[in-house]
Amino acid sequence: MATVQEHLQSLMGARAVESTGSSLGREAFRRLRANRIAVIGASIMLFFVVVAILAPWLAPHDPRVNTWFDQIRPASIPGPSGDHWFGLDESGRDELSRIIFGARSSLVIGIVSLAIGAVFGLLLGVLAGGLGGRIDALIMRVTDVLLAVPSLLLALSVAAVMGQSRTAVMVAVAVPNVPLFARLLRSSMLAERQKDYVSAAVSVGIPRRRLVLGHILPNSVGPMIVQGTLALATAVIDAAALSFLGLGSADPTVPEWGRMLANAQKYTNVAPHLAIFPGVVIMITALGFNLFGEALREALDPKLRR
Amino acid sequence: MFKFILRRLLLLIPILLGLSFLLFVWVRALPGGPATALLGERATPERIAEVNRLYGFDQPVLEQYLRYLSRIIRFDFGQSITLRRDVTEEMLRRFPATIELSAAAMVFAVGVGVPLGFVAAKRERTWVDNGAVIASLVGVSVPVFFLAQILKMVFAERLGWLPSIGRLEPVRELQAHTNFNLIDSLIEFDRGAFVDTVKHLLLPGLALGTIPLAIIARITRASVMEVLNEDYVRTARAKGMSRRVVNRRHVLRNALLPIVTVVGLQTGLLLSGAVLTERVFAWGGIGGLIGGAVLDKDYPVIQGGVMFIAVVFVLVNLVVDVLYAVIDPRIRVH
Repeated sequence: MATVQEHLQSLMGARAVESTGSSLGREAFRRLRANRIAVIGASIMLFFVVVAILAPWLAPHDPRVNTWFDQIRPASIPGPSGDHWFGLDESGRDELSRIIFGARSSLVIGIVSLAIGAVFGLLLGVLAGGLGGRIDALIMRVTDVLLAVPSLLLALSVAAVMGQSRTAVMVAVAVPNVPLFARLLRSSMLAERQKDYVSAAVSVGIPRRRLVLGHILPNSVGPMIVQGTLALATAVIDAAALSFLGLGSADPTVPEWGRMLANAQKYTNVAPHLAIFPGVVIMITALGFNLFGEALREALDPKLRR
Repeated sequence: MFKFILRRLLLLIPILLGLSFLLFVWVRALPGGPATALLGERATPERIAEVNRLYGFDQPVLEQYLRYLSRIIRFDFGQSITLRRDVTEEMLRRFPATIELSAAAMVFAVGVGVPLGFVAAKRERTWVDNGAVIASLVGVSVPVFFLAQILKMVFAERLGWLPSIGRLEPVRELQAHTNFNLIDSLIEFDRGAFVDTVKHLLLPGLALGTIPLAIIARITRASVMEVLNEDYVRTARAKGMSRRVVNRRHVLRNALLPIVTVVGLQTGLLLSGAVLTERVFAWGGIGGLIGGAVLDKDYPVIQGGVMFIAVVFVLVNLVVDVLYAVIDPRIRVH
């Protein structure tokens, strides 16, 4: 709001307008730190990101090399042991190392798909919420169409056309996010437009573009941050689901949690660990983002401020 | 009311038109076009030309779209590439299986989720409440295909209590009237088939219903907690109404609106979840059909399936909106 203040200050003199500071952000942070659920969620998120980044140093073995192939028989796939904490997989690769490297795929897919979804959603949302009128109506009809299909199915139909590749999964997971972000941003911008500071800005003659981009937009992105955290949880799960169905990276040596789970189906009798470890890891990662997202929602909710 | 329903049904037309347009453009927007996508690694210039001629991809784009549209309007999605069968027919044949599974999952989700949320709200900040909150947060984070796999592994393969795949034991023959096995077995007075169907439904239903259950429980808890603070609840208690009557007539009735909304939205989740669950349990429904079509690049099935499910999803949400008015007379649909 700095510029409105400057305008008002230049009109009325410095003493008339006192800054209240951006206390919402600071208070939200204070409340997050006091919230046990937020701390747990943030710790899981941090752990996941660190593991993904440091994968080459953390993984005890090479995830692509099936050095222990001679130990594998169809009837016996070695489970957890001292040397291989999570056991070996069906081609004699170290399961733990594959899971650690799988975090990389998940993180990259999650972040890129979120970025694509958020950028396009932001663009459409700003156009709809800022311009209104026909453009708003048109954009809303397009989101209606996209929202008429359950998100995973939309992702599936997008990825199926592009074929097996990591790019396909990223784009596919991003597409259902676009209408969500666009709608969310538009509605919070519409709510923001009713506020007094907007009337104040209009009355001092701030141009429309600056009003929308400099004032209304920054005050409207709060809900998008929450949605973004929750979208990361969905991205991890949906990306795994797509690779479970056979989409995902075309290179079979790239470890992906969803594909590991799909392959494990053939060996559930001899090697249940192949299903349990990747599944639990997907679950815990998604849980981390969900916990933090929910806590963030509460922390940013002005109704819950005390 | 009738006008409202009619208008909402008419709204399906632009949605389907838009969706068909997006799907159509998407296939053609990619480098190489639909023929390359169809052929994948087997694409050679000669084969691409052959496929283009065969499917009419060499015609002008507008002409292609109009031809495509005229087929879509007649609900003709063409032939499945792998099954060599009519997509619409195949989907209609399989649809009852998906409804049966989704309904079972929903009954489980609502039947457990609503009471769980209700109890949690009534005992706010006790271990019951905390347990329900944690369970629901974990519940929304479980990938449905993992849960399905674990249930199958433990209860079907290890313990052998329940069947692991399919809708009926292969040896059993059931005359198909409606393709709903529960209804067909009742029509045939076949008690064995009925029990068998229920047994086959349990694990996939449990897997598919758990995530909606978690979400429904959470919304119920929040909604009931809000209503419990209302003045009219205090008044009802103060005038000496019994706890049960207050709960049913005042609390639950008023808390129901958000619950119904979320139940409606969960159908979308159920239909996506069915793609994965049906795959794990080899369930002969639409979900498994779509899930399998992904790997086979069977576009007619994927496109038809997505359109079909969009119609179902929109219709379910229409039913939800109508239900609003039934539950809450204050809401006027228009």
